[in-house]
Amino acid sequence: MFGAVLVLAGMSLPDRGDPRARLHRDPSAAGTPNAPSYYIRSPERDADTPNMVTVILADYRGFDTMGEETVILTAGLICFLILRRERSKEKRS
Amino acid sequence: MMRRDDDVIIGLVARTASPFIMIFALYVIFHGHYSPGGGFQGGTMLAAALILVRLAAGDDLAQLQFPRAWGTPLGSAGVLIYWGTGFVAMLCGGNFLDYAFLPLAGAAPHRRNLGILFIEVGVGLAVCGILTAIYDDLLEGRPRD
Amino acid sequence: MTDVLLGHYGYWFVFVLMVLGFYGMVVKRNLVKKLIGMNIFQVAIIMFYLSSAVKWTATIPIADPALGTADTALYISPLQHCLMLTAIVVGVATSGVAYALLITIYKRYGTLHEDELLERMKNDLDLE
Repeated sequence: MFGAVLVLAGMSLPDRGDPRARLHRDPSAAGTPNAPSYYIRSPERDADTPNMVTVILADYRGFDTMGEETVILTAGLICFLILRRERSKEKRS
Repeated sequence: MMRRDDDVIIGLVARTASPFIMIFALYVIFHGHYSPGGGFQGGTMLAAALILVRLAAGDDLAQLQFPRAWGTPLGSAGVLIYWGTGFVAMLCGGNFLDYAFLPLAGAAPHRRNLGILFIEVGVGLAVCGILTAIYDDLLEGRPRD
Repeated sequence: MTDVLLGHYGYWFVFVLMVLGFYGMVVKRNLVKKLIGMNIFQVAIIMFYLSSAVKWTATIPIADPALGTADTALYISPLQHCLMLTAIVVGVATSGVAYALLITIYKRYGTLHEDELLERMKNDLDLE
């Protein structure tokens, strides 16, 4: 029944192999400068920090991290609110 | 849920290991600049250190280490640190979350360095508080044995 | 053809995991098993992105003082790692909320099996 899903996933063969570097070529496929190349060259210069992933996460893409922290705060508050109502319902009944 | 004769060894080992896990988690948060790590990874390890004691030594004993009521306020404090850094940067003249405008000493790359550190501490506290709060809320209505 | 098959070897494992997760989400009747299938699917997607970031000659994306950063073929692409950190934490948050909802459903209806759950919900609506 799910050979169909397997065949679909296998036929959409991505053109890149595991070590191939078409994704990483410097003028990228659309003609724009390649974003990962900029992210590799810049953190030492901009933020005095060797770790590129942290600088991308907190400096170049800080809005995404802010939204994502809000997501996890919202999830915690949702858990608290859902399960609190169950507790107070049990106390009343 | 636990047999009484298993209780002592597992509880003792977990209670002894938990501070060391927390120290390593703080190391991971603060060395996010120089080694793999950062806010999310260190926050999850802090939450793991707290949940370990909850699992091994029972919920009632774990309240002495980190009470149930502290979870959500700690998470909110972490998010407040993050947004606070952004607003301080905006108040001091730059864009939101532009760390070059924070009122700290040093050249612009060094200010960005410290701004990233504040962000990571905020994220770590938020993740730790919220994961522990989710664990406590999921076990809220369990019948006590 | 075999060259293509061997060259993409990283992706076949990821596709197997994706199919397993998808199968679990759709076919299994128990709600907890569906959630576990969703978690497996999320992990498979994350590993797919990470395996697309790798280059042959490259090392971890932390600037080595001996190597310098001028040659970008020496470091794997850090962009996918950053995005997947967010994805992992969103997956954890989603799972937490989903399990809280499952606890509420169990307390309300007494079962977590999909067919019985639909029966009891239909009886509830008929009785009202």
